[in-house]
Amino acid sequence: MATYTSYPPKGYRVRMSTYWWLGRWPYLKFILREISSVFVAWFVIETLLQINALIDGPEAWLEMQDFFSNPIVIALNVISLFFVVFHAITWFNLAPKAMAVRLGGRRVPGILIAGPQYVAWAIVSAAVAWLLLRG
Amino acid sequence: MAEQIALEVTRFSPERDKAPTVQSFDVPLRKEWVVLDALNYVKDKVDGSLSFRWSCRMGVCGSCGMMVNGEPKLTCATFLTDYAPGPVRVEPLKNFPVMRDLIVEITDFLEKLSKVKPWLIREKEKAPSEGEYPQSPEQLETFRQYSMCINCLLCYAACPVYGLDPLFAGPAALALAQRYNLDSRDEGKSERLDILSQHDGIWGCTFVGDCTQVCPKHVDPAGAIQQYKLTATQEWVKSLLMPWGGK
Amino acid sequence: MLDISSTDVLLIGGGGAGLRAAIAVAETNPKLRVAVVSKVYPMRSHTVSAEGGAAGVIRPDDSFDEHAYDTISGGDWLPDQDAVEMFVKEAPLELMRLEHWGCPWNREPDGHVAVRPFGGMKKERTWFAADKTGFHMLHTLFQTSLKYNAVQRYDEYYATKLLIEDGQVQGCVAIEISSGKIQAIAARAVILCTGGAGRVFPFTTNAAIKTGDGMALAYRCGAPLKDMEFVQYHPTGLPFTGILITEAARAEGGYMLNKDGYRYLQDYNLGTPQPTPVLRSMELGPRDRLSQAFVKEYERGRTIDGPYGAVVHLDLRHLGEKKINAKIPFVRELCLKYENLDPVKELIPVRPVIHYVMGGVHTDINGATPFKGLYAAGETACVSINGANRLGSNSLTECLVFGARAGRDAAEFAAVQKMPGRHLLAQAADEEARLDDQFLNKSGGRERIATIREEMQKTMEQSAGIYRSGETLEKGANKLRELQERFLDVGLDDHSRTFNTELVAALELGSMLDVAESMIQCALHRTESRGAHQRTDFPARDDQQFLAHSLVARQPDGVPRVSYLPVTITRWPPAERVYGK
Repeated sequence: MATYTSYPPKGYRVRMSTYWWLGRWPYLKFILREISSVFVAWFVIETLLQINALIDGPEAWLEMQDFFSNPIVIALNVISLFFVVFHAITWFNLAPKAMAVRLGGRRVPGILIAGPQYVAWAIVSAAVAWLLLRG
Repeated sequence: MAEQIALEVTRFSPERDKAPTVQSFDVPLRKEWVVLDALNYVKDKVDGSLSFRWSCRMGVCGSCGMMVNGEPKLTCATFLTDYAPGPVRVEPLKNFPVMRDLIVEITDFLEKLSKVKPWLIREKEKAPSEGEYPQSPEQLETFRQYSMCINCLLCYAACPVYGLDPLFAGPAALALAQRYNLDSRDEGKSERLDILSQHDGIWGCTFVGDCTQVCPKHVDPAGAIQQYKLTATQEWVKSLLMPWGGK
Repeated sequence: MLDISSTDVLLIGGGGAGLRAAIAVAETNPKLRVAVVSKVYPMRSHTVSAEGGAAGVIRPDDSFDEHAYDTISGGDWLPDQDAVEMFVKEAPLELMRLEHWGCPWNREPDGHVAVRPFGGMKKERTWFAADKTGFHMLHTLFQTSLKYNAVQRYDEYYATKLLIEDGQVQGCVAIEISSGKIQAIAARAVILCTGGAGRVFPFTTNAAIKTGDGMALAYRCGAPLKDMEFVQYHPTGLPFTGILITEAARAEGGYMLNKDGYRYLQDYNLGTPQPTPVLRSMELGPRDRLSQAFVKEYERGRTIDGPYGAVVHLDLRHLGEKKINAKIPFVRELCLKYENLDPVKELIPVRPVIHYVMGGVHTDINGATPFKGLYAAGETACVSINGANRLGSNSLTECLVFGARAGRDAAEFAAVQKMPGRHLLAQAADEEARLDDQFLNKSGGRERIATIREEMQKTMEQSAGIYRSGETLEKGANKLRELQERFLDVGLDDHSRTFNTELVAALELGSMLDVAESMIQCALHRTESRGAHQRTDFPARDDQQFLAHSLVARQPDGVPRVSYLPVTITRWPPAERVYGK
């Protein structure tokens, strides 16, 4: 008889609500962050559609432009833009947490890991904008 | 300042109740009093059957974790005046089975802690007379933060993944595993890799990050887990490229 | 509900000493089973709050003899010198073993373990892990103990009684707090590691769980307690909460000031004030002298009146923010969180608070009590190496050294004992009936636990505080007798079995009343002043009569009897305790 019998009380389990993520702001922010990937995917699909239209020729391209002039699509794209920016910002800000870079025995401050990503983003955006708008 | 504040506490006695209820007590509102002082006031002077855990009341033993107005807190470090005029709602720690009043069952955490092998693993051990394993202050600094965990389990209360999936290893257990992985004296990285790099190990974490927000000791378990994800991925790539060894 | 299980070595208490002993048993004899019974989860044990450090000789300019001398003179020549000599030799090995188990000791730039100065020690020999040494030690021990399959833990079980048969201790009866089940645990050897009893006093650094349960368990069986009159006040505790402001704050250079901003310790034979700390002088003098200085300052009206009584000030402002954050960050954190003040900019109000009980269960150099099968280690035990006054940073090392020794000795003893039989279940059934009659099924009790507890604490502070006299002690003894009577009339609000913490509180109060009785009895009979025991009616040290330990044992008729055991002197004849020179 080496071991003992434990009689802990039957614990009461509080069921987690399906709407748990509405309960606290950090949870809501998390869900929004995750949902933003859907909008990123939407942007990717749009880009692919545009490329496809380019390949198909000028009529396909004009049809595409009509599609994109539709106010619903514009509204959707504005919302998507917000989410994509949100996605990028949260991603950049989380990167320093996942990367513990140490130089000379001290941890590199987060801003030096997040910062360069913002800078790179700004440069690439500027380059793309110049390419698209110069003509 | 008002003289009193209402304290709404969860009451639950499985011998008597089918489900938890709430009971309200009026307690003195003093500038220096923390929520724990209010609970002790109730237990000493009003209703001795109110049950809760506490010990050091200085934020180092980790016993007194509870939900205060919906946030996981150490009740010994939460001033009553921050909630004036009240009421202050005190509930048992979320995501754990409630045994009695404000007391939850935490054996699940202890099992998970044992699973991640939170001890120094070495091939060859030195005798004490042979002196210490050398470690520079910089090497100590790499894991010191993760060694500060007081096992208060506020992070488990904050983690929605643990709430939805009780099989998830959880922030504290993973952070403590990482504390040993990063310790320059430890040689157990590969042993722990197989245990941690599992669906219910680090890969269960979706980086909500709330665990780090509520941690009273600034352990940053979310950071520990994400860093370990990078490490585990690197090891996986290495094992693909160099299947013949290199562990 | 009643259940019986068995083990080979039973630890009651799972803190620094308890876990070290458990590991020692598992390593000495892997075939033995070890059980650890603790009323809280082991990582909640009070070892976790220790801040300053653990002493062990490792510097080349230091020596065992010097550590021994500091300990013996600091203890006012009451420590047993053979025990101290052994203790100082094993100290660095135990601390090193803990390093090998992963304890994150602070390091020098060259990779060696760092040491720092500490009060009462002439050389730097205190190992430290930031200012959370106890926390790191306990978690290292706990996590290392998870490695050993032989160690079985009974978490949140409260031991109420030792099982005794044929004059030998054969295990214990414990309550599974979560369910109320009565568990008899038969064992071939029992080690008490339940810590001290600071909660007997009103202002204490000690956690709620420090209620002297192990001391009471031993006392009730007739095992003698030793040197119970020696209780240590730590001179710098926060008022109201009693939270400890570690000695390290003074070791790093803090000043103690009275209401005129004057470093008053220079008036009490503790040296002259220097801008930087000098070992064994001024603010780094021994704790009992600093606490006594507070009382004298209070009597001279030079203390500050705070909302919770008289205080003096601890000044850290001149150290600067960088040094405070590097060396004593926890001090700053405590002040900000619990007194809402920042030591970088403000003065910290402090007063002496009870911190450690030098006395305890009488054991020999291996942790064995005179009661066959019963051992003790850590603050619960009194070997004695601390004598009349403990030096800071000796007690964490004490847990390791004596936890290990008691574990090893108990393992060897247990291996050759007969396994106790199932019939001990009858004793457990008796205990279950007693608990039901006295507490759970009783109705109509008129006394509240908290009322008796607070009166006991007030009584102890007034009659057996920093300064005592025959008169105050007699009054205290009478009051305690009254409280023990009233305790029989205590009534609980909670009659349930599931996690009944009020029942545990009642049992703890019973332990505290017994421990308080032993303290007052020993203090009454020691008519001299030595170390932490200061009698205003007998102010001088009397080596003729009292170079001996007080032993108090409860006789079969319930009356405590005090006797004396001479101190073991080996190489250091008693001299005057001198500081600041």
